[in-house]
Amino acid sequence: MVFKDPMRQEQSRKKARRDALIGMASLITFVIVCVVLVTNSSGWSTFQETFFNGDQFVESFPTLLQAFWLNVRIFLIAEPIILILGLLVALARTLRAPVFLPLRMIATLYVDVFRGVPTILVIFLLGFGMPALQLQGVPSDAIFWGTAALVLSYGAYVAEVFRAGIGSVHPSQTMAARSLGLSSFQTNRYVVLPQAIRNVMPPLLNDFISLQKDTALVAVLGPIEVLRRAQIDTSSNFNYTPYVGAALIFIALTIPMTRFADWVQRRTAKKRRAGGVA
Amino acid sequence: MANDSYLNVLGVWKSFDGHPVLRGIDLEVPAHSATVLIGASGSGKSTLLRCVNGLEAVDAGSVTIDGELEVTDFNTDLDAVRRRVGIVFQSYNLFPHMKVLDNITLGPVKVLKRNVRQARDQAMELLKRFGLDSKAQDYPDRLSGGQAQRVAIVRALAMEPEIMLFDEITSALDPMLVGEVLDSVRELRDSGMTIVMATHEMNFAREVADTVCFLNNGIVWEQGAPEELFGNPKQAETRNFLSRVR
Ligand SMILES: Nc1ncnc2c1ncn2[C@@H]1O[C@H](COP(=O)(O)OP(=O)(O)OP(=O)(O)O)[C@@H](O)[C@H]1O
Ligand SMILES: [Mg+2]
Repeated sequence: MVFKDPMRQEQSRKKARRDALIGMASLITFVIVCVVLVTNSSGWSTFQETFFNGDQFVESFPTLLQAFWLNVRIFLIAEPIILILGLLVALARTLRAPVFLPLRMIATLYVDVFRGVPTILVIFLLGFGMPALQLQGVPSDAIFWGTAALVLSYGAYVAEVFRAGIGSVHPSQTMAARSLGLSSFQTNRYVVLPQAIRNVMPPLLNDFISLQKDTALVAVLGPIEVLRRAQIDTSSNFNYTPYVGAALIFIALTIPMTRFADWVQRRTAKKRRAGGVA
Repeated sequence: MANDSYLNVLGVWKSFDGHPVLRGIDLEVPAHSATVLIGASGSGKSTLLRCVNGLEAVDAGSVTIDGELEVTDFNTDLDAVRRRVGIVFQSYNLFPHMKVLDNITLGPVKVLKRNVRQARDQAMELLKRFGLDSKAQDYPDRLSGGQAQRVAIVRALAMEPEIMLFDEITSALDPMLVGEVLDSVRELRDSGMTIVMATHEMNFAREVADTVCFLNNGIVWEQGAPEELFGNPKQAETRNFLSRVR
């Protein structure tokens, strides 16, 4: 049974309508004032000419989009490898049996090193260093090494995220699983990891948003992805509109992803609250 | 030593961080009997139960199951022990990401290598027996405490254990829900399951126990039939404890 006082409901509907109206009016006034102030200021026309040049935009945008396809490919290849690498490293760090000591140490060392070094430095190191070796069988492709550097760098972050997730599953869950006769591997596979991954979905998505943007770092090695493309277009016309175009492309991709991450975050929080004691 | 006892605990010592919790525990549990452990908080009841299924390693002494399986032997496969020994905890510890039915079939499918169909049928039968069949497709967060604890019992039973350990399984429950869980234990006991149970429910202990053991400071201080131990306790500590819980 649900009972709601119709009078109160009518009043609250009215109030909601009034609030919406006030908000809208306030927003419109604000925008108008801003536009008037900005467009009337003395530097506006040069500013617009330099950053928001319509002709420049129309001219460069298709080539930017085309170049962005390389960013997308780098991202799509790097992301699954990062997930697998991160998970394996996190798992290696949980192994307690003495035979696994070397594995555990390598995993810890890897995380310590790659979390401490700036991503761009890793990209320089691999992207310029490895081809310079001129070794048989070692690729000299800049895109390959740029992607590899992103994988190594983000693998360390994601490994830490997974490790935190594993730590967030209460030890009593492991105890219950082991009591049923499940092996330590089975306990991880069926009980701990599914809960750990669910718990770290929000930070994991945040790392991916970050990775989407950092694909632009590969530009320093020369491949013509969207940032490099914008840089070339900019320097040939002495106009910065292509940079703004590139920025818009990134935003167009990251905003939906951020909203999705927020939604997952809320859902996870709700589930965790509900599943608390069980 | 009697060979017809199913569980034999002999001179078990266990300490945590130099603080002794079990100090030479001896316990014999005959097959198809119910043994109830009582004692003050911190007297070592949980620790003792956890030593029986190898969740804790003992410092000294031995735990033997069915006269053949040495839980305390370093070479024993503890997974094999846990297939034969079921345990239910105070906090139900259901797996929150799995439906009730999947919670129950996980062990039989992955450990006993039953086929899924067969495991589900068996799980449904058990759920029905404990009046939970309507909950099979629910997630644990939809269950009341009493239902969750009964599912935990069913989950342990699905492994077809030879002995069940219960560690204060009603302590986290709303008083209204204690009855339904104790009914399940009573049902099990009547079906001939070997049971070792730590509890604060003295009335229940008196009713179902074949033997009541009073643990004090990590020692089985006094044990006997419930009428004897509750009606005519011999030790001052036992009388003291009983007067405080009643
Ligand atoms: N893993 C552990 N590490 C350190 N100390 C522990 C551990 N487990 C138990 N203890 C300590 O051992 C003592 C006995 O604990 P135990 O849980 O066996 O008592 P209990 O009789 O079950 O008490 P309760 O009625 O409160 O459940 C307590 O003082 C407890 O703090
Ligand atoms: Mg206890």
